[in-house]
Amino acid sequence: MRRDEHKLFYGVDRITILIYALLVIMGWLNIYAAVYNEAHQSIFDTSQKYGKQLIWIGGAIALATFILIIDANFYTVFAYFFYGFLLLACIAVPFLGREVKGSRSWFRFGDFGIQPAEFMKFATNLALAKFLSNENIEVENSSRRTRLSDLIKNYKNTIFAVAILGLPLVIIKLLQDETGLAIVFMAFIITLYREGLSINFLLFGLLSALLFVLSLVMDSKTLIISLSVISLLSFVFVRRTRKNVIIVSIILAAASGVVLGTNYVYEHLEPHQKTRIDVLLGRGTVDLKKEGYNVNQAKIAIGSGGFFGKGYLQGTQTKYDFVPEQDTDFIFCTVGEEWGFLGSSIVILLELTLILRVIFMAERQRSDFSRIYGYGVASVLFFHLAVNVGMTIGLMPVIGIPLPFFSYGGSSLWSFTILLFIFIKLDANRLLILK
Amino acid sequence: MSKNAQLADRKFIIGGFFILVALIYIFRLFYIQLVDDQYLKDARNNAFRHRTEYPVRGYIFDRKGKLLVMNAQSYDLWVTPNQVKDCDTIAMCEILEIDKKEFLKRMKKARQAPNSPRKESIFEKQLSPAVYAALQEKLYRFKGFDVQSRTVRKYPRPIAAHLLGYVGEVSKEKAAKDPYYREGDYIGVSGIEKSYEEALRGVKGVQIVMVDVNNKTKGRYMNGMYDTLAVPGKALFSSIDAEMQEYGEKLMHGKKGSIVAIEPSTGEILCLVSNPSYDPNLLVGGKLRAKNYAMLQMDTLNVPLFNRATQAMYPPGSIFKLIDALIGQKDGVLKTSTVYPCHSGYPPMGGKPKCHAHPACDLTHSIQQSCNSYYSYVFRSIVDQPAFPKFKDGYQHWRDAVMSFGPGTKLGYDIPYEKPGNVPSVKYYDKVFGTNGWRSNTIVSLGIGQAELTIVPIQMANVVSIIANHGYYYVPHVIKGVGTEKKLDTMYTRKHYAYVTDHQIYENVIDGMQLVVESGTARTSKIPDIVMCGKTGTAQNPHGKDHAVFVAFAPRENPKIAIACVVENSGFGGTYAAPIVSLMVEKYLKGKITRPDIEKRMMEVDIINNKNLIPTKHH
Ligand SMILES: [Zn+2]
Repeated sequence: MRRDEHKLFYGVDRITILIYALLVIMGWLNIYAAVYNEAHQSIFDTSQKYGKQLIWIGGAIALATFILIIDANFYTVFAYFFYGFLLLACIAVPFLGREVKGSRSWFRFGDFGIQPAEFMKFATNLALAKFLSNENIEVENSSRRTRLSDLIKNYKNTIFAVAILGLPLVIIKLLQDETGLAIVFMAFIITLYREGLSINFLLFGLLSALLFVLSLVMDSKTLIISLSVISLLSFVFVRRTRKNVIIVSIILAAASGVVLGTNYVYEHLEPHQKTRIDVLLGRGTVDLKKEGYNVNQAKIAIGSGGFFGKGYLQGTQTKYDFVPEQDTDFIFCTVGEEWGFLGSSIVILLELTLILRVIFMAERQRSDFSRIYGYGVASVLFFHLAVNVGMTIGLMPVIGIPLPFFSYGGSSLWSFTILLFIFIKLDANRLLILK
Repeated sequence: MSKNAQLADRKFIIGGFFILVALIYIFRLFYIQLVDDQYLKDARNNAFRHRTEYPVRGYIFDRKGKLLVMNAQSYDLWVTPNQVKDCDTIAMCEILEIDKKEFLKRMKKARQAPNSPRKESIFEKQLSPAVYAALQEKLYRFKGFDVQSRTVRKYPRPIAAHLLGYVGEVSKEKAAKDPYYREGDYIGVSGIEKSYEEALRGVKGVQIVMVDVNNKTKGRYMNGMYDTLAVPGKALFSSIDAEMQEYGEKLMHGKKGSIVAIEPSTGEILCLVSNPSYDPNLLVGGKLRAKNYAMLQMDTLNVPLFNRATQAMYPPGSIFKLIDALIGQKDGVLKTSTVYPCHSGYPPMGGKPKCHAHPACDLTHSIQQSCNSYYSYVFRSIVDQPAFPKFKDGYQHWRDAVMSFGPGTKLGYDIPYEKPGNVPSVKYYDKVFGTNGWRSNTIVSLGIGQAELTIVPIQMANVVSIIANHGYYYVPHVIKGVGTEKKLDTMYTRKHYAYVTDHQIYENVIDGMQLVVESGTARTSKIPDIVMCGKTGTAQNPHGKDHAVFVAFAPRENPKIAIACVVENSGFGGTYAAPIVSLMVEKYLKGKITRPDIEKRMMEVDIINNKNLIPTKHH
């Protein structure tokens, strides 16, 4: 033990902090550009969003410092407590919080609002890390199963882990009707995969998604016939044993079920959900003045940026309000328009670098808890990046989730800051752990 | 730990997957930002508005610097539909004097393509001063409406309507073809407004203005770096003499017909009168123009929109004998001493064409007497001359020679919708009579300017101009200078030679023309102290009374004016056409009229309404 250990920044990963700071600063500059108008030019004007964001950033710095001061063991010890507490807050907010623009996910304090669901992310990550790092826990035991009871016993841990992330998902979706906030918890599947979940689950998920898209784009009959042909062709490569025939048949039946099920589900979706899918897949006629407006204007903003962009504060699409929610979920449009291909690529690469850095750090942890928590951070950040940027460039459906550290909003900035800095603290502490 | 070691490789799969997704996104960005330029266009459509700055249309001056055409301010009402809020429709309808249905119709039109709810479009064109005043006062109450000014044409003198033409809205077809014009723009539709459109219109300026999603102006794009200033239209300096034009129009009052006067030494058109006419100020202004144009168009009796000076094709009648006389001499088949018999008609064809009683005459007197028989002989001697063993070659030769004087061709002057007139072709007669069905005698009435032969008044004036110049002409033109530098197209400064260029041949014919005025068919039109050389004619009119024609130039030495006049349905050329020409010539050369009685009589004659007619003598 050296004397430095008690210094605030002892062992703190400077690269991560640097990227974090860069993203927050760039984010603020773009928020300023997005809401910029000649009437309010003072950056401290708290009636404007960039003024408020400065306060949020100040708060985030305070939070980060606080997190670094607290003993790392605190997070391990109180993991379940955080989880439980915030879960209760999420349940309570629709009843206690004030309704803002039809949304029931906010606690309001004057001009400022807090969304507990945002903070549920780090709590869930803590709980999941704590559960999976238990010595006796293994995700998906690989020993041969012979009986149904074995099967349940071996999968019990997986099911429990899925429940940890599924509970907030369901509560936020059902009670608060915040699809964006809820769907993020799916990201933890990546953590589960890293900790041993069979790749088959992920492949199954990916193939299902592919089938889902195909069955919306193609005619069901054609698709099922194509699938049958593929199944028959598969016997060219697979031995025609009785067992294989049965397996292929079951897969074919399941795939056909997905196809038919998808159409059934699609038909029973709510209209606005249908149109979101239609917009993404270019199904039918999309009215660019109505349901297609957001995505189209977002694409126009980004697409008109060219290589170098139009210059800071020179974006006409974003500055003149053609793009909706350009300071929060569509902040990437401002980047694309004013900083061009160069700027938007840099932002994506910065976020990616941060995520890869987190993975790198996770892998160097001695404690399972820290590693699992690190993967949770990487997964959540990646999920946000992929969905947020994807929707502005027309590769993902429009789901309202923020771009990490970039979008306007205190809850998201604070929640990402907490999420990341707990990991930075755990990482800084890694050398002190004797395992 | 062994478990973890086993699973540690999964970090590559996870990291690889993250990198893959990021690369796909960057590639996608590359495509929409650098490859596909549709988004850039869409962004411009969204946020840029091109505001057109209309240039001032060029003024038009007469040859002495008097203003013929100028501009006046006019005001249009524009609307941006999605900015219209709580509009007091009833009040607006009252001001514009329209009903609510019309109001809604116009709003709908302003919203639909090619207009857009976010863009301005015209709601009412050219507001009357009263409406403008009423609107101006209350405009603050009508959000989304805006009054913008534009210039329209104004004519200080109500003359030369056909010549000047008018300015109207560009047609859809033209707007689609020519990128300069947008629907709703103005363009010269006829007259010199049309032929000099490019010089007159100038160049539109464009301001690129940025707007927000509510179409609110947010300033100039790049501080106006890409804006262009409007370039004002160029002034036109016309060769028209406003006084002559006005005088000619007065003389033609109550008559159908035209007067065209040309300065032979330059080809400049001094006046171009076509009557019935109209006040050019009638065809100014949107609603007003539409109404008046319809009114003028419906007048099928007087056809006031018809420019007789350039478009009415008449059989030339006896004035054509001048051309025969020139060609005959040139070909050596006619001498000044040549005498042909006339027994009140052309003897070889049993007295057809007919002639009046007169003493036997030589070349000079044949012009003075306008002998039909004489020119039947001359015509046939040209067509059947020994140089052309086949008479069709002879006819072709005659036709070519005639056309070198203008008839049957387009001269290429600067007034649109030129009509060439007609000199029938060999092919035409082959078709009418059969290949072997005609000889020179079949078509002998061509020699006296009849049959299928037609000629336009401006061509008549040009023929006289050629005679005055002894063999050449400049392409007639009404504009002698464009812009401050007063540029003139070189096509108007090049001499065009007729078939005949020998000085003496012309002198022989001019001798006869002088006699026409001194003691011939136009002797009542002699001008004191001025030697005018002319020729009367009667254009046959199968639909009624013949048209009178008179052509002349003056003075004989160093001619200043060549002029042609057609007075429809007035019979013999000496009765009205010649006195009118003599008055025009006197006015031009002397600047005053010494024969007020003739002037008064000519102005009072109303052939259209059969009033104050002069009893015609037959001779
Ligand atoms: Zn005779």
